[in-house]
Amino acid sequence: MATEYTFSAEELARIADIRRRYPTARAALMPVLWMAQEKFGWLSRGVIELVAQTLGLSPAEVYGVATFYTMYHTEAHGRYVLDLCTCLSCQVLGAEELLHYLEERLGVRDGQTTPDGLFTIRHTECLGACGSGPVLMLNNRRYVHRLSRERLDQLLEELRQGRIPEFESIPLPERHWENEEPS
Amino acid sequence: MTNWKAYRPLLLPPIRGLDRIEVYEQHGGYEALRRVLAEWTPARVIEEVKASGLRGRGGAGFSTGLKWSFMPPPDGRPRYLCVNGDESEPGTFKDRQILEFNPHLLIEGALIAAYAIQATAIYLYIRGEYADWIDRVEVALLQARERGYIGERVLGTDWSIAFYVHRGAGAYICGEESALMESIEGKRAYPRQKPPFPAQRGLWGRPTTINNVETLANVPLIIRHGAEWYNQIGAPKHPGPILYGISGHVNRPGVYELPSGMPIETLIYEVAGGIRGGKRLKAVIPGGSSTPPLRADQIAGVTMDAESLRAAGSMMGTAGMVVLDEDTDMVRVLVRIAEFYHHESCGQCTPCREGTGWLVKILRRIERGEGKPADLELLLEICNQMEGRTVCALADAAAWPVRHTIQRFREEFEARCRGSLFSVPEPIPSTSQ
Repeated sequence: MATEYTFSAEELARIADIRRRYPTARAALMPVLWMAQEKFGWLSRGVIELVAQTLGLSPAEVYGVATFYTMYHTEAHGRYVLDLCTCLSCQVLGAEELLHYLEERLGVRDGQTTPDGLFTIRHTECLGACGSGPVLMLNNRRYVHRLSRERLDQLLEELRQGRIPEFESIPLPERHWENEEPS
Repeated sequence: MTNWKAYRPLLLPPIRGLDRIEVYEQHGGYEALRRVLAEWTPARVIEEVKASGLRGRGGAGFSTGLKWSFMPPPDGRPRYLCVNGDESEPGTFKDRQILEFNPHLLIEGALIAAYAIQATAIYLYIRGEYADWIDRVEVALLQARERGYIGERVLGTDWSIAFYVHRGAGAYICGEESALMESIEGKRAYPRQKPPFPAQRGLWGRPTTINNVETLANVPLIIRHGAEWYNQIGAPKHPGPILYGISGHVNRPGVYELPSGMPIETLIYEVAGGIRGGKRLKAVIPGGSSTPPLRADQIAGVTMDAESLRAAGSMMGTAGMVVLDEDTDMVRVLVRIAEFYHHESCGQCTPCREGTGWLVKILRRIERGEGKPADLELLLEICNQMEGRTVCALADAAAWPVRHTIQRFREEFEARCRGSLFSVPEPIPSTSQ
């Protein structure tokens, strides 16, 4: 079946390179889904078919994998996807209140996209940044740590201006006892 | 643990730019790999790691050297080392610190492990959310490849090794070792029935060993300083440095590297600066969300090692400790933990797929004040029906916190049920959501 989606020659060369890392074509599926999602924004039916054709798999096999993993988008989303961690450590630091704050600010509920297509907000499971929570992940990549209402306001403003926050390295905590005078 | 203040970090030493290979080499980096390749047989590496007492840091705490020794003799066909960097257990954020601040220690440890088990390729599985850290690790791998530590005929020896990163895409279950292998193979990550264990039939049916990121980061230290030196650090039966990830209601959250066997009270009150706002402690979840919580009155004298925690009624897990203050609503906390396991159940086994869902429904009902006194017994009965009845341990991990939080904070749950509209028996059980 013809599809409107294609990979460029350069992308096909990258896929060939990925395939050499694994003994089976099937194993290249997750990296190629990542490539496809980064190129097309989300994994629509046409993109699923493209990936299937490229790797010699059935669309059902590809769709089955794409729907198993939460970071693959099988539905359209806003330009900025904000995945706010509300799990355990972030929860007890007030992440659920921050989610509701975001809902109020943007006028949409958890899981929805703003009518202007700019923001999708979702609660998410533990992001592995418990020491600098509450935390959110922007567009499957950039972590924004130590969230508060003020930090969220600032972030929304930056994103409206098209500015993505820089990678923030959270230093290891100070070993304060090492500076103490020996008693 | 008397002189913990004198301990100096080995896994995450305070050296600027240690993620750059030249800095890492200036501080003795890759010397252990050089020594092993030049002078040691693979069997000797396994013996040394066995003698060190190193236990896995991913949650199960199994002897690393013993695990390596399960690999069958090489037969000329491919065999694999998988590095588990899926780090997703709520409360756990330690491996990410190694990826960020000391990636070459992990790479060197993985290479030594691969040599010990005579692997032909290493797959480092990192959770998809850590995209920014994956990029950093890829840079470190490129540097190591350029210096001849990875590739054909490593450092001029007969040994060759390939090293790849595989990016996950958001599924906690991939931290389970057989699910991790399914995921690398490009499938839905359904855990496999065991036996056969990965050492017999792993990735693509070939012998495979899977070790956690922090576990492998310990290996170069053991080679550099010897098993006997390593054995002296921390708790005798669970020795070595531990990355304690402390989060929740503490003044100074973060990952602290200290010897194993640290008293929980010392970690909370001295290391992490005590409870925020001068509040009192209510509970500690010692090693990630699946480990049973301890009440404040249960932690006196308890230390962070497998033996002491077992005696206290919990587990070491990942040493990701979540500290909860006196204002914490344990019912709400437990609802959210149950929601996590419900979301992350792969759906393969009925007791887990259905059981995690029922735990959530009943706990939510209790939380919103519609619980029945019999619900607590019902929850415990569901736990009975889940534990030990599934392919992997996710069902157990989901049931333990429910069982133990109800047992240890029963009065909070009963109080929630007591005021309920439904505290009188109903003719038809309510299952509405």
